[in-house]
Amino acid sequence: MINRVSVTDGRVTKEIQACAVFGVMDRSGRRFDGKMIIEAMKNMRVRGNGLGGGFAVYGIYPEYKDYYALHVMFQDDDPDLKQEVDEFLYRNFDVVHDEEIPTNEEANVVDPPLFWRYFVMPQKKGEDKKLSDDDYVVKKVMYINTCIDNAYVFSSGKNMGVFKGVGFPEEIADFFMLESEYKGYIWTAHSRFPTNTPGWWGGAHPFCILDWTVVHNGEISSYGTNRRYLEMYGYYCTLYTDTEVIAYAVDLLMRKQGLPIEVVAKIFAPPMWDQIDRMDEKKRKFYTTLRMVYAPLLINGPFTVIIAHHGEMIGLTDRIRLRPITAGEKGDMLFVSSEEAAIRAVCPDLDRVWTPHGGEPVIGRLNDVKRVEKVVE
Amino acid sequence: MKMKSHLLPEFMIERDEERCDNCKVCVKQCPFGVHYYDEETGKVYSKEELCVGCQRCVVYCPRNALKVIPYPGHYRPNDYWHEEYIRDIKKQAETGGIILTSCGSARRAKVYWDHILLNASQVTNPSIDPLREPMELRTFLGRKPDRLEIELDENGDVEIKTELSPNLMIETPILFAGMSYGAISYNAFKSLAMAAKRFGTLFNTGEGGMPKDMREEFKDCAIVQCASGRFGVDPEYFNYSAAIEIKIGQGAKPGIGGHLPGEKVTATISSTRMIPEGTDAISPAPHHDIYSIEDLSMLIYALKEVTNYEKPVCVKIAAVHNVAAIASGMVRAGADIIAIDGFRGGTGATPKIMREHVGIPVELALAAVDQRLREEGIRNKCSIIVGGGIRCAADVVKAIALGADAVYIGTAALIALGCTMCQRCHTGKCAWGICTQDPELSKRLNPKVGAERAYNLLRAWSLEIKDVLGGMGINAIESLRGNRDHLRGIGLEEWELKVLGIKGAGE
Repeated sequence: MINRVSVTDGRVTKEIQACAVFGVMDRSGRRFDGKMIIEAMKNMRVRGNGLGGGFAVYGIYPEYKDYYALHVMFQDDDPDLKQEVDEFLYRNFDVVHDEEIPTNEEANVVDPPLFWRYFVMPQKKGEDKKLSDDDYVVKKVMYINTCIDNAYVFSSGKNMGVFKGVGFPEEIADFFMLESEYKGYIWTAHSRFPTNTPGWWGGAHPFCILDWTVVHNGEISSYGTNRRYLEMYGYYCTLYTDTEVIAYAVDLLMRKQGLPIEVVAKIFAPPMWDQIDRMDEKKRKFYTTLRMVYAPLLINGPFTVIIAHHGEMIGLTDRIRLRPITAGEKGDMLFVSSEEAAIRAVCPDLDRVWTPHGGEPVIGRLNDVKRVEKVVE
Repeated sequence: MKMKSHLLPEFMIERDEERCDNCKVCVKQCPFGVHYYDEETGKVYSKEELCVGCQRCVVYCPRNALKVIPYPGHYRPNDYWHEEYIRDIKKQAETGGIILTSCGSARRAKVYWDHILLNASQVTNPSIDPLREPMELRTFLGRKPDRLEIELDENGDVEIKTELSPNLMIETPILFAGMSYGAISYNAFKSLAMAAKRFGTLFNTGEGGMPKDMREEFKDCAIVQCASGRFGVDPEYFNYSAAIEIKIGQGAKPGIGGHLPGEKVTATISSTRMIPEGTDAISPAPHHDIYSIEDLSMLIYALKEVTNYEKPVCVKIAAVHNVAAIASGMVRAGADIIAIDGFRGGTGATPKIMREHVGIPVELALAAVDQRLREEGIRNKCSIIVGGGIRCAADVVKAIALGADAVYIGTAALIALGCTMCQRCHTGKCAWGICTQDPELSKRLNPKVGAERAYNLLRAWSLEIKDVLGGMGINAIESLRGNRDHLRGIGLEEWELKVLGIKGAGE
């Protein structure tokens, strides 16, 4: 079981891992099943070691699209545990529907926990009335994850869901029956190669807050700096993974501070000073200010990350491209992947395939959302 | 009553009679009168009881005839009544006074830098080769906003809406610490200013004002100090600067002021400090307009007013027991930068008891301050500079990983200029032309050569920092800042690890 150590003295351990990531989006909004992404992940099997796999899918619960879909795992068979969580949720939310997440008992996975999903609306009381719905949900999810042992909310967005666990991605997909059970317009996936800890079901990717999900490959050498900065904003890294840091940084910068991904990409992976010094005055001022203010959120060391939320999927690699990402396009379909081979395995006749420079985000959007191109080019 | 001194000499001088040709260079070089020429014998002799061990004569002897070595004779060894205590008692029995000394604490106390080890990447994360990839040390000092508000116009242009506080940009996280013109010679002062300017960092005027002839040339690389004596302080002084530092305390002598004896107050020092020539320059122990935190705030804002809110204001304190709470108050009072000077910090003159017994190590103070400011959510409202015994680039790296934005170097900078740590700054007879106002001595330091040496030190340390960063898989100094995951302790107790916020080696 995960050890939720107090982080107040600043001495925490983090997991070290390597991985494969893949994301696919239909920019027209058409929903499709999980077959394609499962095949792509199988193609990168050697990048994982079977100790973690997971998927995020957007657009899967159209019938409950106005409700937060909470996916909860119970690491413990104790019926009191589920009762405790049920009571907490019913006390703080209007639960319109809840059910066990369907699973395939024949699947090749070991000791799966119990998975349950709840479709809920906030029921704010007292002080909490000041919070936005999103902040309220985050607060309650954080409560369960830090204060109720052995229960873990691993997905909390509307009309989307995360499915993850210990096993190769195709085994996890088989366990949750992703190929047949769900259709979505964005799918992202992750295969883990943890090097120092046995996998646990909650420790797999994607990481999720509200409808924001992150899958990530790499080891962040700036982890301590990033984590301690985020702590100042009330984010406590309880899982001790690099990915969690990126997920919280995305939440802070994009959801809370409303910065567009084009700017956030330049915070995570800024250009070098010698490039900035050669820019025209306006750009130079912009980048200098960005680096000055957000220096603690520069993500250093190798990473490939795929960030998604409703309407948007983003692929990004580190500033000196130590862990490259490959992108491909075919009509409305956009792919981002650790390896080109995985994209070609599921879509052999691509219109375009490219490897973006460090810090240059690949952005897939549903609609023609206003772009930030002039300064952040 | 004239009494015979019972003190043993501290050094012994060995003169190789075969090499010495009695050229008298040593006689000329030694300001302490150790070497003398005897007309009758035609030979040079030495009074070793006067020797301070500065090694000037050894370096300048054209025939390598001299050796200055610790005096081999000693009292009966005693681990409790160590020689130094016996010596000090005898000295005080002969003089009845406070023992004066200079430089930083020399006592055997735990050096935390030496109990901290650095990390490097292996396998799971590539190290970065600083010879092939850019390594960035550029650092900004000053208050940062919690967030940037930006606005997009219809063309997709980004406009920053947030108003930013003034920040200092330096090309390496190393600054020269406050050392006043008066405590050090004009040439030493100017050497550091020139080196800072050339490297793209800052020097600090200390409390003695800024010579008029240097203002225009060095205004962009000077932190001008406002200390309790308010020497040389006027609106022009504050405006010819990159930043202003209010000096509350100093690691070498927390809780007491300073004293520049009248004989050092020469004509130029008198005009720079705005005090009569030949009078003692006495800095009171406290600022007499700061008896509490709200008074500090008033001074901070008075200085901001006088400089049109264009310059960051730094407040420097000695690392004392309650440093974290004090630092938090300083930030809330409006300080944009806080400077913490550890008990190893140097000085041109201090009572020995203050130097050796007051204050705490800067490593612990820094860790406590950084953590406290984070817990209060105000860490980005200020930058932290630490000083007080930074000896090498590894100390700089460790300081930054513990949470500092940059470091001050004073002693190390003077060693680069020629200082040998003989701890006789307070005598004003510095043989190396650094801590003296004697024109004959101070001209021994050529500012061009001094600046070259100080610049080289900055360059060498910066290169070493880049090497270490690359090994950690980090290519920008900001990703090391407060990154205690890259530190491990050895030989430290649990409480020490906890204060430092680091794990033990192997954990």
